[in-house]
Amino acid sequence: MGYNPDKPMEGRITDLGPPHYAQFFPPVIKENKGKWLWHEILQPGVLMHKSETGDEVYTVRVGTARLMTCQFVREICDIADAHCDGHLRFTTRNNIEFMVDAKDKVQPLLDDLASRGNKFPVGGTGAGVTNIVHTQGWIHCHTPATDASGPVKVVMDELFEYFTSMTLPAQVRIALACCLNMCGAVHASDIAILGIHRKPPMIDHKRITGVCELPLAIASCPLGAVKPAKAMVDGEEIKSVSVTVERCMFCGNCYTMCPAMPMADPDGDGIAILVGGKVSNTRSAPKFSKLVIPFLPNNTPLWPETVEAVKKILEAYAKDAKKYERVGEWAERIGWERFFEKCDIPFTEKSIDDYRLAYNTWRTTTQFKFTSHIK
Amino acid sequence: MAKHETPLLDQLEGGPWPSFVSDLKHQAETKPEVYDILGQLELSYKDRITHWKHGGIVGVFGYGGGIVGRYSDVPEQFPGVEHFHTIRVAQPASKYYSTENLRKLMDLWEKHGSGVTNMHGSTGDIILLGCRTEALEPFFWDLTHDMGQDLGGSGSNLRTPECCLGQSRCEWACYDTQETCYHLTLHYQDEIHRPAFPYKFKFKFSGCANDCVAAIARSDISVIGTWRDEIRIDQAAVKEYVAGNYPANGGSHSGRDWGPFDIQKEVIDLCPTECMWMEGDELKIDDKECTRCMHCINVMPRALRPGADQGASVLVGAKAPILDGAQMSTLIVPFMKVEKENEYEELIEFIETVWDWWMEVGKNRERVGETMQRIGLNNFIKIMGLEPIPQMIRIPRENPYVFWAEEEVEGGFDRDIDEFRARHAA
Repeated sequence: MGYNPDKPMEGRITDLGPPHYAQFFPPVIKENKGKWLWHEILQPGVLMHKSETGDEVYTVRVGTARLMTCQFVREICDIADAHCDGHLRFTTRNNIEFMVDAKDKVQPLLDDLASRGNKFPVGGTGAGVTNIVHTQGWIHCHTPATDASGPVKVVMDELFEYFTSMTLPAQVRIALACCLNMCGAVHASDIAILGIHRKPPMIDHKRITGVCELPLAIASCPLGAVKPAKAMVDGEEIKSVSVTVERCMFCGNCYTMCPAMPMADPDGDGIAILVGGKVSNTRSAPKFSKLVIPFLPNNTPLWPETVEAVKKILEAYAKDAKKYERVGEWAERIGWERFFEKCDIPFTEKSIDDYRLAYNTWRTTTQFKFTSHIK
Repeated sequence: MAKHETPLLDQLEGGPWPSFVSDLKHQAETKPEVYDILGQLELSYKDRITHWKHGGIVGVFGYGGGIVGRYSDVPEQFPGVEHFHTIRVAQPASKYYSTENLRKLMDLWEKHGSGVTNMHGSTGDIILLGCRTEALEPFFWDLTHDMGQDLGGSGSNLRTPECCLGQSRCEWACYDTQETCYHLTLHYQDEIHRPAFPYKFKFKFSGCANDCVAAIARSDISVIGTWRDEIRIDQAAVKEYVAGNYPANGGSHSGRDWGPFDIQKEVIDLCPTECMWMEGDELKIDDKECTRCMHCINVMPRALRPGADQGASVLVGAKAPILDGAQMSTLIVPFMKVEKENEYEELIEFIETVWDWWMEVGKNRERVGETMQRIGLNNFIKIMGLEPIPQMIRIPRENPYVFWAEEEVEGGFDRDIDEFRARHAA
């Protein structure tokens, strides 16, 4: 029994949704949900949570490449079977968390992880660099301006000591998105690595009629740079589009809508660095990341310019910021002009915004007071 | 499918961080199409450009989302990745797994697909990377029949909702993010699988203002836990912190010598509302001035806890920059009880009021935050049937351009120019 292509709708099951989460809880989690009192990071990568029942759960956090194979997941399962009664979880930032219910079970787990080469680095807690959230890049995406897994690997190799220690002023969240679509939501990260294009789209007049709804392609441009135009293909006039190059801001939205307008280019594409974003509402409101380095080349396979830039920013911050201060809070306290100076980043007009929103008077924080206005 | 030379990728096998290249090579020993993944990626490293074609509409019968079509632009060189479609499988809330479940899923994926995954995608789904079109229906059959699992969202629909780990292992979650996420995910299966929206729509659920799933930055409706009574203080534990017996911030700064803990400097002075002070050896908080930012609670988790009258703030409209620029979510409902007892009635009513309006007026590929901008926050508040309150804005408007309605102005807009000129010569 299995799928029968002759009767595709017969026996079909749909709309099941995800399995109920509670069936996957380790027993200590199931028994103490909603009863946790406090927690402590015992060493980098190892957390202890204390319940009002007196129970404790010890969590060992391990970084991963996110891109992982079935064989690798089975190895994770082997570890969880050996130490965690067959349970584990993943975090939002692509870490694995192995949980045990007693302190004496932690060291054997750590020893096992350490015995497996560089596959299971323990860390990513507290005032350090945790894993990079990132996108697909060249392994799977059709719009990227850079790779994802490669730059992440070389940056994390360089910052490894900050993953396995807690010596920074606060946590530093690094994210990578391989184009401006930002599937990786890098717009609110302490340090963001962003793939960008710098050449306007080419127009494939031979293909555009077959693959593209011209009005959608024209409407896709936020700056009205894509216009209706005629073109000659094999001696015949066809309806196509043209691009007013000086209006193009290289967002790539036209290519998303129209496969006949490719943007990618080995020399045009590369990486921009943005800094100072944050998501949490602690102390200051959430902030967007700000563009400080407009372009670094895609020098494969090791992206040395990107690695150096990220490290330089991180270490200037580590040296200068106050305890608890996030990168963006530090930059605002010292002033952006001092930020550029301390990070040894040349300031260019590319960091001056000429594309703006008028919505900045709306409140974008959970911080508010319960005054008489709330009924 | 033979092994290809990969001199560029091979350079990504050293170093202390886990190597995806080594992992892929290992998998290729039993799944030779993975050699072609490595081969095409190597070509991208050489050419410094992607080798995937634009799009390709594939799916399973009856669903309009959950599968992303992908084809190689060099299939002759790398036939193993000629089709390389992504399958999004809805993840269990907070990404807890049993190894039994994960092993079964991996067996299924090796049977039908490439054996390569992302654990997880940015929106939270289990991402299964790379299979042929003819494998989609058989995989879906086995996923639903053998595992009782389902696809997630893609396209202009409700994307797979996501939550923080919440009360399962965190003392700060102010509502049950997992149950809320699970309940709404099941409640809105049709909206997840059958695209009917102007564009994508995301829910994210965080238990407190630390916002571990980045709800405020990347979800159209962000539900973020908070409370409306007083921070619970254990004064004995405060004394322990002051005495240096408990590590600050749960031990997060233990790798550097920051000097002895200083409650004035590290807690009181960093409070954004300056609503805390010491009276003798007791910590006092003027809770009505507190904006619940979590800083003091983060720093002294054994002494301070969120209040007991808990719920969530509901914010609307976050998105990444494409097209008009990035937006954070805007605070619309400061406090809402989020409870299973009434099956999340209030939250569901809120969501559906947004959808009813947005589905009618939203333009093609316009996120709800952009529609809000286009019509203005004032109008959005009216559509939601809410009273305008200052909690919805950061600052009052800085221009005088008020759209007064005729009925708001004494005497209305109709005036007689002749009568006016009789008194005021031109």
